[in-house]
Amino acid sequence: MDLFEYQARDIFEKHGVPVLAASVATTADEAEKAAATIGGKVVVKAQVKVGGRGKAGGVKLAENPQDAREKAGAILGMDIKGHTVRTVMIAAAAPIESEYYLAILLDRSNRTFLVMASVAGGMDIEEVAHTAPEKLAKIPVSAVDGISLAKAKEIVAAAQFPADVAEQVAEVLLKLWDVFQGEDATLVEVNPLVKTKDGKIIALDGKVTLDENAAFRQPDHEALVDQAAENPLEAAAKEKGLNYVKLEGEVGIIGNGAGLVMSTLDVVAYAGEKHGGVRPANFLDIGGGASAQVMADGLSIILGDKDVKSVFVNVFGGITACDAVANGIVQALELLGAQATKPIVVRLDGNNVVEGRAILAKAAHPLVEQADTMDGAANRAAELAAK
Amino acid sequence: MSIFINDASKVIVQGMTGSEGTKHTRRMLASGTKVVGGVTPGKGGQVVDIDGHQLPVFNTVAEAMSATGANVSVVFVPPKFAKAAVIDAVDAAMPLVVVITEGIPVHDSASFYTYAQTKGTTQIIGPNCPGLISPGKSNVGIIPSDITGSGPIGLVSKSGTLTYQMMYELRDIGFSTAVGIGGDPVIGTTHIDCLRAFQDDPETTAIVMIGEIGGDAEERAAAFIAEYVTKPVVGYVAGFTAPEGKTMGHAGAIVSGSSGTAQAKKDALEAAGVKVGQTPSETARLLRAIMGR
Repeated sequence: MDLFEYQARDIFEKHGVPVLAASVATTADEAEKAAATIGGKVVVKAQVKVGGRGKAGGVKLAENPQDAREKAGAILGMDIKGHTVRTVMIAAAAPIESEYYLAILLDRSNRTFLVMASVAGGMDIEEVAHTAPEKLAKIPVSAVDGISLAKAKEIVAAAQFPADVAEQVAEVLLKLWDVFQGEDATLVEVNPLVKTKDGKIIALDGKVTLDENAAFRQPDHEALVDQAAENPLEAAAKEKGLNYVKLEGEVGIIGNGAGLVMSTLDVVAYAGEKHGGVRPANFLDIGGGASAQVMADGLSIILGDKDVKSVFVNVFGGITACDAVANGIVQALELLGAQATKPIVVRLDGNNVVEGRAILAKAAHPLVEQADTMDGAANRAAELAAK
Repeated sequence: MSIFINDASKVIVQGMTGSEGTKHTRRMLASGTKVVGGVTPGKGGQVVDIDGHQLPVFNTVAEAMSATGANVSVVFVPPKFAKAAVIDAVDAAMPLVVVITEGIPVHDSASFYTYAQTKGTTQIIGPNCPGLISPGKSNVGIIPSDITGSGPIGLVSKSGTLTYQMMYELRDIGFSTAVGIGGDPVIGTTHIDCLRAFQDDPETTAIVMIGEIGGDAEERAAAFIAEYVTKPVVGYVAGFTAPEGKTMGHAGAIVSGSSGTAQAKKDALEAAGVKVGQTPSETARLLRAIMGR
């Protein structure tokens, strides 16, 4: 889960990382009040989970509370690369002398953690990484040993931070490690980390990605979910414990196992090329134990999507038995009754496939038809959606 | 031959007394796997009857190994306790640990992987994987044993159900070993480890490699194939239509140097001479054409 800047800021503050006074506002009124409380010049920053908001006009300096009100009014509701700005952060303005870069992240390729640090921070750090890689220090960090003070000093030296800030930066790095480990983060990035004119080191903007697998030991993280951004169908699916992602297409997809479902989307998209470009409408993985209830929940979510014109149920019975899946489909259609109106193409293979296919054949539901192969089923579902 | 496991593999089940552990111990036994015991801290000394097999339970992996001679452990314990279970196995110098558990925090898997690397005596497969099967010899994990029998194909895949699908597509030819390595960000055994083992296994004559979006493992595997693998390899990559992940910040792209898209992976594999199918069925056809089957 990616966090908003203000959420990252709050987590930084909780772990003692130096940040500026700030608060969030969802209206111009609130922005004015927040600016008055902070006092002096403030920065009004759009809260969107996408890069390039500064260049898009989503970050403005405001001279006073009245100005903050106007700037916030202009930024709220703005569309930045498809993200609507619903919240702004009002932060104290700091006189900046230098901009640095500091990040701790999971390095998948090397199966370790990694610190990246540079004295050439700011908006163009990616450019720096390409054109002047020597200015970006990359230091592996052991997942067992973590970052000690000695390790932090080693990193700061490798990145050639100036002597007058080296100690402060090392301390910030230790605290960022505390964030990274303590919050089960997979990314903690500060860009820029600034040195103010009075010599203080401050995390001016931060990005944090949290590991959702750690939810069982991070009870506070649930509150950080951005409810407003969730698609209503996705929210409904989540409530039922289904792994569902809404896409822009016409063929509803249900399958078991993330890999097979991803593959099903691809196969439907290819088949759709021959049928007027129809595309998969969603990703839905019902997982290993596909009970009738899970199938009913899945079908009801998909049939509730007004874009869906046909449904493709693609199950390979590994642990799941195909007869259980078939019973699930039959019972789901009984539960749904008149709600079920779209044609459903079912492809079953694997464990107890003969029994499974027989159950569907016997039920002979008018909306259900069976296909022998995954490619054949995808083609038929695409054809039905194109009608 | 086979890779990583064979008909002499003696398997213990960490978490055998839990519901998933019991269910899959039964299935592994039914497919002929030599399951010799289980480990559940606090339940040492018990004996569990699973379909007529009297299986002793131990408190630690070290005890289980010395009592049974086990050389493979398969882990079914819940995410919360998985790290401790793997570290117990590494401390006992268990040669092969197969972690089936889904949903382990990546800080935990990074930690036990690093720990195992430091010790240097344990190979980890997974986590979040279906395990591996050498049909007719040994089945460690949750891969159904009745899809196909033994044969000359080696299969390595990130995804469980795509492993089953591909085994099914090629069921008339059969497999030396099929390995589900898992799709988590940190996994113990990679595509490359499996490709190397298949290349070195005299009974494997062709290899299927299944990848999916995310990370750069397939790109690395492609480079390895070009350099080391002389046996024919066909590939499949899932996720062409998957929505682009909302990557934040610059760190991810800087570090991997790859976009991680399915197209980037397909391109890299094809550049290494690997034929890549557009669907699982087409991938199977490509392999048949190469093998003349």
